[in-house]
Amino acid sequence: MVKGRQGERVRLYTRGTILGYKRSKSNQYPNTSLIQIEGVNTKEEVGWYQGKRMAYIYKAKVKRNGSHYRCIWGKVTRPHGNTGIVRAKFKSNLPPKSMVKIHPDMDLLAAFCVFSGVKSV
Amino acid sequence: MAPKDRKPHVCRNPDLIRGVGKYSRSKMYHKRGLWAIKAKNGGAFPKHEKKAAAAALPEKPPKFYPADDVKKPLVNKRKARPTKLRASITPGTVLIILAGRFKGKRVVFLKQLTSGLLLVTGPFKINGVPLRRVNQSYVIATSTKADITAVNVEKFDDKYFGKKVEKKKKKGEGEFFEAEKEEKNTLPQEKKDDQKTLDAALITSIEAVPDLKSYLGARFSLKAGMKPHELVF
Repeated sequence: MVKGRQGERVRLYTRGTILGYKRSKSNQYPNTSLIQIEGVNTKEEVGWYQGKRMAYIYKAKVKRNGSHYRCIWGKVTRPHGNTGIVRAKFKSNLPPKSMVKIHPDMDLLAAFCVFSGVKSV
Repeated sequence: MAPKDRKPHVCRNPDLIRGVGKYSRSKMYHKRGLWAIKAKNGGAFPKHEKKAAAAALPEKPPKFYPADDVKKPLVNKRKARPTKLRASITPGTVLIILAGRFKGKRVVFLKQLTSGLLLVTGPFKINGVPLRRVNQSYVIATSTKADITAVNVEKFDDKYFGKKVEKKKKKGEGEFFEAEKEEKNTLPQEKKDDQKTLDAALITSIEAVPDLKSYLGARFSLKAGMKPHELVF
């Protein structure tokens, strides 16, 4: 993560909040998570994000691959409901602690929708 | 059935559904004019003389049969071709690089290489991006175009960017470490010169457009309140 230059911080990703797993009233299905992407408020707007990749980034005490930051990659699969919430599947299921803001380890965000991908811009 | 010679030839026997033509065999015979060909040839279909088959050498039974049957690999007829270039990317387009060392930089697209990667340059003087290859997926095409008619990109191809093959050295341990390190870091002067000549032409055409130079020098970043799905590039 340490780069030689101190530079402008360039943010090329959009943030999102992890709301929970796909669920019904008393059952939840952890293989799919629900994500609220900042600025997306309707089902139609989700179309742009469909297929884009997401990363859940979190910190850990032990360095792995030279960094304290770790990542779980995933993709936006489809919209969830009418108000811009999105379903996403990650390489491994998101840990439950990602859904809570209180936990000190957690990296505030985590959805990191990379611009690139299949869509032709 | 109809060969695609000069202009697109409409099929003589259009499909009603897949596998079923509109016209019957006898109708098609008439349509293809086989009756005319026969008439021209005096009542029978023109035949070629069979070429004298080269006398095949009588095959000797092989002396050796392998113990197990060896499977033949399936024939692979794929042709390698460069990835399809998005319609929005044309030579001279300003692209935004999304990942890697130069993420967020706005850069000029030169051409697509045979490997499918895009050849791109900062220009180096403007934003520090050298002649570089970039994958199409990691790029946003903007609608801004720079004029690159003055630029000659012929000589650049994938090999130019490939890793230098080092000659295998014999492992004399003392020399090993010292010699290796010297070669690694310097960029050969000819590459620097290529960059300069290419950029010189490009920069003059960029400076002709107001603000384009500072545009290329600035990086792209999302700010608060910017919604990517609403942005028009």
